[in-house]
Amino acid sequence: MEMKPLTRVILGLVCLLVAIWLVAPTLVVVPMSFNGNKSLAFPPQGFSWQWYQNFVTNPEWSTSFLNSLKVASIVALLATVLGTLAAFGLDRMKARPASLLRMLMLTPMVVPGVVLAIGIYAVYLDAQLVGTLAGFVLAHTILALPFVLIAVSANLEVFDKRLETAAASVGAGALTTFRTVTLPLILPGILSGLLFAFATSFDEIIVSLFITNPYLRTLPVQIFSSITRDADPTVAAVGTILLCATTILIGGGMLLLGRERKGRL
Amino acid sequence: MSALEPTTPAAEKRAGWAWRPYALTLPALVLLAAVIGYPLLTIVLRSLSEPQWGVQNYAWFFGAPVNLAVLQRTFSISAWVTLVCVVCAYPYAYLMTAVGPRVRLVLVLCVLIPFWVSGVVRTLSWVILLQDSGVINSLLRSAGFTGIRLIRTQTGVVIGMAQVLLPFMILPLYSVMKGIDLRLVQAARSLGARPSRAFFTVYLPLSLPGVYAGAIIVFILALGFYITPALLGGPRSTMLSTLVQTQVLSLLQWGRGGAMGVVLLVTTFLLLALAAPVMRSRHREAGRR
Amino acid sequence: MNPRSDNRGAAIDLETVSKAYGAFKALDGVSLRIEPGEFMTLLGPSGSGKTTTLNVIAGFTDVTNGKLLVGGNSVVGVPAHKRNIGVVFQHYALFPHMTVGRNVAYPLTLRGFDQAKRKARVAEALDMVKMGDFAHRYPSELSGGQQQRVALARAIVFDPPLLLMDEPLGALDKKLREWLQLEIKRIHRELGTTFVYVTHDQEEALVLSDRIAVFNRGRIEQVGTGRQLYDEPATLFVGRFIGDSTVLRGEARHDGTSTALSIAGETVTAPRRIAGEANPVMLLRPEKLAICRPGSDAAGANRLSGTIAEAIYLGSGSKYDVKLADGSVAIVRSPLTGESFGLGEKVELCFDGTDAKLLADDSTADATLT
Repeated sequence: MEMKPLTRVILGLVCLLVAIWLVAPTLVVVPMSFNGNKSLAFPPQGFSWQWYQNFVTNPEWSTSFLNSLKVASIVALLATVLGTLAAFGLDRMKARPASLLRMLMLTPMVVPGVVLAIGIYAVYLDAQLVGTLAGFVLAHTILALPFVLIAVSANLEVFDKRLETAAASVGAGALTTFRTVTLPLILPGILSGLLFAFATSFDEIIVSLFITNPYLRTLPVQIFSSITRDADPTVAAVGTILLCATTILIGGGMLLLGRERKGRL
Repeated sequence: MSALEPTTPAAEKRAGWAWRPYALTLPALVLLAAVIGYPLLTIVLRSLSEPQWGVQNYAWFFGAPVNLAVLQRTFSISAWVTLVCVVCAYPYAYLMTAVGPRVRLVLVLCVLIPFWVSGVVRTLSWVILLQDSGVINSLLRSAGFTGIRLIRTQTGVVIGMAQVLLPFMILPLYSVMKGIDLRLVQAARSLGARPSRAFFTVYLPLSLPGVYAGAIIVFILALGFYITPALLGGPRSTMLSTLVQTQVLSLLQWGRGGAMGVVLLVTTFLLLALAAPVMRSRHREAGRR
Repeated sequence: MNPRSDNRGAAIDLETVSKAYGAFKALDGVSLRIEPGEFMTLLGPSGSGKTTTLNVIAGFTDVTNGKLLVGGNSVVGVPAHKRNIGVVFQHYALFPHMTVGRNVAYPLTLRGFDQAKRKARVAEALDMVKMGDFAHRYPSELSGGQQQRVALARAIVFDPPLLLMDEPLGALDKKLREWLQLEIKRIHRELGTTFVYVTHDQEEALVLSDRIAVFNRGRIEQVGTGRQLYDEPATLFVGRFIGDSTVLRGEARHDGTSTALSIAGETVTAPRRIAGEANPVMLLRPEKLAICRPGSDAAGANRLSGTIAEAIYLGSGSKYDVKLADGSVAIVRSPLTGESFGLGEKVELCFDGTDAKLLADDSTADATLT
């Protein structure tokens, strides 16, 4: 669409502001994490590494970080397996039951977090799952499942099923076809599902706040209670570490992907 | 390879395959029933049975003006958040379709970067930005203005929530706008429409499905927000989720907390049910590439 | 498996094969014998059952009724991947995540060939389709014609005794299609494998095939060489589907050895073929018709008056549409040496009765054509 120069400038400015609004809060933790004082007031005073030190040495922080890693890893695997199986099932089903079941499996995305949290908390109290690894894994898996389902389904949708026929025509059985044709082609979907599942679990806070106890506490719970208790810049240090880790992961992934694509051209 | 020996009839085999898709979804469905279905059922039952059977919890909820005020506030905050998201996301998503691939990548990254840090940390960032001794007030004061109160106000909550939810508005909008056939706008121009008129009569109507989709998602997610209002809001900006949490964890009033939860749940699904046919029929409209 | 030494190709026998989808009969008692090494084309309009027949042979579709033998053995119930039949699809169906070389090597890997043997066979197959230099490319880097040649290489690399092709050139432009037709013909000659080729393009069928089976509404109308189908169509459908034709309809009168057709007051006759065509029509090929000026005594016993409705110069000759008195249009192809006629000119259509084929009128077949 053609635009007058003035419209163009205004559009550009508005979008710049929106972009700043989106990104700035992500970055503001970085200067705060080097604060010399135990305060989250802006601007930070002085410079020190003490909050990073605190994150590593204080067992409250390091243990909760390790807990989150453990839970998220198991959840990523479990949700990916269950979600991929389900995505395959839905893909090979008749349209009507498939859309019904798909809607059912996506409900965890729309059920308000607190409602789900009190429900799971009530059940966990009876089943003595509060503060247990199994409890966290089960709850997070169901929350991560829709993301895996969406990612894998999207890939299956564009997957050309005629390739399976072609594989059969040159002599490949059902299992061989899956291993050599179907799986490699939908692997991107499965991997992004895995990533999403990990991130969902690693980041989950509402349900975790309810089912946590002093024996098992995940990182978001620790961050939340730290923010509500006092102005401890360790939170900012944690935020900065997570930001760096994600940037490296995603940047590396994009580089790898770009290289592979270039190799094919 | 002598491969042509007859085996079991294919038809027989086919019949044995029909149940397999359902079997594949079974593990997920079982988990779903155990970790979502059963807990939600428990909450509904408790809301009707504690302390005794009846609808007293619902009567209490709809009878107390305090509760109704919170309910109304939850809706109005969600509506404000949705409005802010639509207004900010529309030009942004449009720009994403209009620029070259390089700038588009930057714009997409800006949308995705907020997801790179934990949601709790992001809310912390907003505390740092909005607090009385925060970034915004420091900047205002150094520019000679008096500071304004942002934290523990509804405005603060809306600003924080809208930032968290903006990507959910931008992405569906972008995917719809990307599919709009710009030749239709050219056609309108060739028929004598001014650029602004071509925009309002052709482009805007075609992009509405994206607006609907994004607005519904944002509104529903906003209704259930818990962390952001808890950390950025004050007692005068409490939302329903916080009230539910207080009833259950602090007051151990499972019945009352459950009843509020059910109200929130039913509202959410009602909105979804209302929105689904609108969104579906809109998506079938012509003008898509 | 020792394919190089014994490469005769397999015979195929379909015996009263039926395939029903609910009430719809995709195949209705199809019987067909394909000889070893033959190039058989299944020709017909879309939905006529030709692709279903191919799918039945390949094992992608199972039959409701009937027998199917490949190389003398029944293959009913044998899953597709155990039939050892090469298939070339219209949509190429190359695996996008594998290079050309790995695509072609895939059937060999499945059959447990060792690396050296695999390499040799892949190179051989790619050379056969003139794609030897592309082994390291990905399918997405190839043009449609190149992709289809790779697909062909993949289908022949394991030396199947039978190769099925489902409109393999359908997605390509005319020039490329004509060139690849010749390539396919050459490969058929070099391999000696049985080829079954599905197309709706009658010209393609005529170029490629030893024999053609014409399909219509789930049945085979006629099987024969291209010349047989053109010169001696068994049904009106076949006559109209293969080549251009003019169909004359009128009041029929049988008279000993000849049948007369009266069309809008004029009468034409042809030798009676088979007894008892209740409602015969005459089918005439464009080159068997001539245009004469009224009153001239040119050859041809039969004459029908009409007007020139369209005149097209074709280089090698001219093509005329002649509108007859009953409103129907006849197509005439005349050599360049003949007279030329102008639009709207009143002429007479002349033809020899022996060139007219009397066929039973099957107006339902017309419906399928238009």
